[in-house]
Amino acid sequence: MFTGARLLILLVLAAGPAWARVITVGPSRQVSSLQAAVAAAQAGDTVQVHPGTYREGNILIRKPLYLVGVGYPVIDGEGKYEIFTVAATDVVIRGFRLINTGSASINDIAAIKGLDVQRMKILDNQFEETFFGIHLSNSRQTLIEGNTLRGTSGARAEQDVGNGIHLWKCDHITIRKNTVTSHRDGIYFEFVTRSLVEDNYSHQNLRYGLHFMFSHEDEYHNNIFQNNGSGVAIMYTRGVTMTGNVFEYNQGAAAYALLLKDISDSRIERCQFRNNTVAIYMEGSSRCILQDNGFRENGWALKIQASCDNNTLTRNNFIRNTFDVATNGSLSLNTLTSNYWDKYEGYDINRDGVGDVPFHPVSLYGMIVERMPTAVLLWRSFLVFLLDRAEKVVPAVTPENLKDEKPAMRSYDRG
Amino acid sequence: MMLRLTKHAIYDILRNRFVLFYALFLLVITFSLFSLDSDPGKAVLSLLNIVLMVVPLVSIIFTTIYFFNSYEFIELLLSQPIDRKVIFFSEFLAVCLALSVAYGVGVGLPVLLLGGDAGAVYLVGSGLLLTWVFVALAFAASVSTRDKAKGIGVALLFWFYFGLIYDGFMLYIIYSFSDYPMEKLTLALISLNPVDLARMVILLKLDISALMGYTGAFLKDFFGTSLGIVYSLGLLLVWVLIPMVYALRRFLGKDV
Repeated sequence: MFTGARLLILLVLAAGPAWARVITVGPSRQVSSLQAAVAAAQAGDTVQVHPGTYREGNILIRKPLYLVGVGYPVIDGEGKYEIFTVAATDVVIRGFRLINTGSASINDIAAIKGLDVQRMKILDNQFEETFFGIHLSNSRQTLIEGNTLRGTSGARAEQDVGNGIHLWKCDHITIRKNTVTSHRDGIYFEFVTRSLVEDNYSHQNLRYGLHFMFSHEDEYHNNIFQNNGSGVAIMYTRGVTMTGNVFEYNQGAAAYALLLKDISDSRIERCQFRNNTVAIYMEGSSRCILQDNGFRENGWALKIQASCDNNTLTRNNFIRNTFDVATNGSLSLNTLTSNYWDKYEGYDINRDGVGDVPFHPVSLYGMIVERMPTAVLLWRSFLVFLLDRAEKVVPAVTPENLKDEKPAMRSYDRG
Repeated sequence: MMLRLTKHAIYDILRNRFVLFYALFLLVITFSLFSLDSDPGKAVLSLLNIVLMVVPLVSIIFTTIYFFNSYEFIELLLSQPIDRKVIFFSEFLAVCLALSVAYGVGVGLPVLLLGGDAGAVYLVGSGLLLTWVFVALAFAASVSTRDKAKGIGVALLFWFYFGLIYDGFMLYIIYSFSDYPMEKLTLALISLNPVDLARMVILLKLDISALMGYTGAFLKDFFGTSLGIVYSLGLLLVWVLIPMVYALRRFLGKDV
């Protein structure tokens, strides 16, 4: 008998989810209002939304719900409202088309805002003309996958647009396979820890493709950051892992494909930097490992300020950059070794693939341009050629100890 | 009449074989640069120095020497009832054509065959324009004097000035006024030197990433659009016209 009761309880528990109802919402259905459906739903219910345009102001969700769009129903914020505000655990929002949120300079109005959420899933939604796309604060264990976010079109000033995916004080968040464009920052983190960002495509954002600070122990894999106003900027963080990311066409006077400010104990590996004004700008960064990256056709492949120490650069390819390395001081506390430099003119007598004389990647003219940016207009003139030659023979200005002791003779082939 | 004179001048040029050697020299250099470097983009960069220095030098010296060598023939022609303009232009055209063909065979064809990306095309184009500019400058130098040594001296000075001295002067200005907004001034300074203009065309293709790092909205528009290339190529043509017109006027007013 006792066993029977136990079995009954077990059965009840197992069947629990089956009791969750499905509420169908659609213009010609029983329930035509999304607000009403959300209000009527019990925790754990599914609200299935059929195609149509819903203009229902701000929708507040305070219980676990599955919100599923069928055929991308349009939820219109009418240029005034925040669309979904979620303050509950276990909410899923999938398959919606969220358009025209309001915009404000005091509130961060978003298409989906999460406050203190846990185990939330935001999947396969389309965001258009949104101020902030996804905005989470104080949240954990959340998955953001397969969304397409496009911010305010035609915005010129940074204050007129919000961030695509904006996270504040979160941990264990996964952001995967999203496309973000026309926002201020594509992905913005502040105090976000132990999170994973992979396979995202962040392009043509007004400011940064990715921007984070105080976000320790995060990982970034195989993302593409392209053509953003100022590239990618990461600051005041330790333990960053970046692999297989692509940074390209970030061009402009203040554009850095990757700006590292006060970054420590981090790894940047197998990333590709192409056609950027400055591929990597490092300031106040320590103990970072940059290896197996490719730098191709950048204005400056690496600007490493004298405030950086104990960083290691190995097995990187430097090909057809205007300037390979620039620095602002005569002291260098970093290690460069076994990189391939296409400007290397040394020889390899014992044929072990390693150049026999060290390579000095900082050119005299690079130093001059560092001090007088206008002088870049004389680049590749005969005069500059002579100056650089003279400096190579008798180094006087360029930092003597900033050199690659074992330059590779052949570029590392990485398909 | 003009055609016949031009033809005669070209035969004359071909007879002394210098132009053939010039073409061969360029051909060998281009081929060796491309075969030494696996990356055609890098070969284009090495070729850049040849195009910016050697091509102007050969063009200006050859033209000056040719002009003084055919001085007697030109005097003979002048005694005939032929329009002076016709004589001048037939000579000018002949030299331009001969050097352009040599350059085209020596650099143009192999570059376009071996690594014809956009940067290479601009390199070939600007080299061609530089050839014409320096032929025109050589004519200007030659008609100014009757003394061959002096003429060659002036021609060399032109080359040295535009190739090296001018840039040193510009670097000095940039250095002295580096605290001031200089964008329009530097652009004006570049416009006053055909070699810098040609270099600019190539920079806009090869180093655009670095140029975009240059502050100032004015130059950003200039670099960011094709305006820069149109501007530079247009001004290079002006640089052909100015010395040519000067030389023509001196030639027309000359007492020989």
